[in-house]
Amino acid sequence: MWMPEIPPFLPFFIGALIVLFTRGILRNVIMLAIPVLSALHLWGVAEGIHLHFTFLDYQLTPYRVDKLSLMFGYVFHLAAFIAIIYSLHVRDTMQQMAAMLYAGSGLGAVFAGDLLTLFVFWELLAFTSVFLIWARRTKSSYVAGMRYLIIQVLSGVILLAGALFYASENNTLEFGHIGLEGVSGWLIFIAFGIKCAFPMAHNWLTDAYPEATVTGTVFLSAFTTKVAVYALARGYPGTELLVYIGAAMTCFPIFFAVIENDLRRVLAYSLINQVGFMVVGIGIGTALALNGAISHAFNDVIFKGLLFMSMGAVLHMTGRINGSDLGGLYKTMPKTTVLCIVGAASISAFPLFSGFVSKSMVMSAALENGYDWIWLMLLFASAGVFHHAGIKIPYFAFFAHDSGIRASDPPNNMLLAMLIAAVLCIAIGVYPSALYSLLPYNTSYNPYDATHVLAQTQLLFFSALAFVWLNLKGMYPPELRSTNLDFDWIYRRVLPNTLQQMFSVIWQVDSALRQAFLIRLNQCLSFLSKRHEGICGLLSRTYPAGSMVMWVAVILASYLFLSFIR
Amino acid sequence: MENKKKYLFDNPKNIKRLLYFLYGSCVLLFVLDFVIHRHVMHNWENLWGFYPLYGFVGCVVLVLIATWMRTFLMRSEDYYANEGKADIGEKLSSVDKKQNDEIGRPDVDA
Repeated sequence: MWMPEIPPFLPFFIGALIVLFTRGILRNVIMLAIPVLSALHLWGVAEGIHLHFTFLDYQLTPYRVDKLSLMFGYVFHLAAFIAIIYSLHVRDTMQQMAAMLYAGSGLGAVFAGDLLTLFVFWELLAFTSVFLIWARRTKSSYVAGMRYLIIQVLSGVILLAGALFYASENNTLEFGHIGLEGVSGWLIFIAFGIKCAFPMAHNWLTDAYPEATVTGTVFLSAFTTKVAVYALARGYPGTELLVYIGAAMTCFPIFFAVIENDLRRVLAYSLINQVGFMVVGIGIGTALALNGAISHAFNDVIFKGLLFMSMGAVLHMTGRINGSDLGGLYKTMPKTTVLCIVGAASISAFPLFSGFVSKSMVMSAALENGYDWIWLMLLFASAGVFHHAGIKIPYFAFFAHDSGIRASDPPNNMLLAMLIAAVLCIAIGVYPSALYSLLPYNTSYNPYDATHVLAQTQLLFFSALAFVWLNLKGMYPPELRSTNLDFDWIYRRVLPNTLQQMFSVIWQVDSALRQAFLIRLNQCLSFLSKRHEGICGLLSRTYPAGSMVMWVAVILASYLFLSFIR
Repeated sequence: MENKKKYLFDNPKNIKRLLYFLYGSCVLLFVLDFVIHRHVMHNWENLWGFYPLYGFVGCVVLVLIATWMRTFLMRSEDYYANEGKADIGEKLSSVDKKQNDEIGRPDVDA
């Protein structure tokens, strides 16, 4: 092969530099060419360590290739390519550069062979992606981006601390199995968990993604959380705690998704729900479960990208994204509607769509390993995800009541990007062997046996029936213009308020104390001056000149006396 | 195209058709449960109509709980936006007051 040791992040970083100096069609051609060429190159790269050097007594391996990292490498190239097509109409150098750098950082992170390199790309992911949020250039996107950046950088700092502990405990920085042992294990786990949107650390995602630009969200949905999933899959496979965390992640977001009005925020919640399935798979840690988690990450990048693209198209064409403002768009955006429904069917795991062939692996693994209750939760989450992402998104955007908006389908480049993603969703669903052959472990798994297909179809159709029934009964919660409190309420509202009140009390006490002290001091002074006032008093202002002369004479006399002694 | 174009679901008949298709599929899937021989991995799966019931009940419970959550989680759309402004305003006025207080106080460093 030609130039086998070019790490995949390099073409993207160079591309970002070229973007800065080119304009128009040339820039677009270069942006499209980079993921294609880089992917072709990656296809021929053999497994193993390709870049390796010593830095301050530590062995660093910035470029290591194995089946796990290759899987993420492929899907990141795919995601970058699709998202670049989707954003070809954008004329914003900052956004295009940030996108290239961001994609490159994601690739750098999954091919990092040591913790220090991982840390560098971990932080780069944060610093490059935040520009995709700020590129919206609104006040709310600016503050949401700030919160996003603070949390992401915090995760990076914890990772660095963990890596340093790890180096001192194990005398190596190699990024392999870590496990929850010692301080380093926990610190790195927390750092990965923040980026993976663990419960209570998840609000950066639902806060920032819907505030990003139309095209920026498509990039964002592909990389950050999947890098975290990759890192967990490498460092913590088979950690039982992850099973429970993952199960919680699949369940709680669906409640918020049902009552959320901003349809891109609904998708952000369902992104957490999907990542939950992957985390459960990693926690179970058998070959089947890990394969399921990784292939689900692969599929999720594509179908979640497709859904974000279709909602982005709606936002781009109508300027609105709240369910309460939309409806009836199928009339004038038929192509977008169909493509969105393909994405919805994929995320809901309908047979013959991509979600089905990967999610069922995790579910089967949960049953095989005796996690009965977890399996029930996953089943509930599967029904729930169909409910909010599979039905709610297309229904409120494209059907429901007619909002009177008559927007046409989006520009051709957006449609093409969505079409590519939709074709992939169906292709993987119909012919899963191609995906399975890339997986790191060998399991002869067949998703299409009659039991599975029937069970899943029953589950989904009766969920749809529930939706119809609730709607006809008028029990379905209407889309309302509102903010729903989530965990971010703690740090956006409670914490600042508490701190403010605490400091106001502290300041009050402080000023009261100072004042009391001053008053006391004044009193003392006036007491002393009063005491020694009057003629010949020690502190008297009316001291006679005569006594002063006498004291001077006394001092001089003592000097004279002292000189005699010598 | 003229303005008063009829679209697919403007005709209530088409909505009815879609719903009947859904009801029909549900019945069919339910019956298939008894026809197809299933190799189950878990006892619960043996229960009569486990997946259909679980899907239906699960979704209804999901929606009911979510609706109930609205009663204590829902705030106005500009909840956070207003909060910031009110805070800043309050702070400014309190600073002003403090300065006024200090200026007005004669005995600070007499």
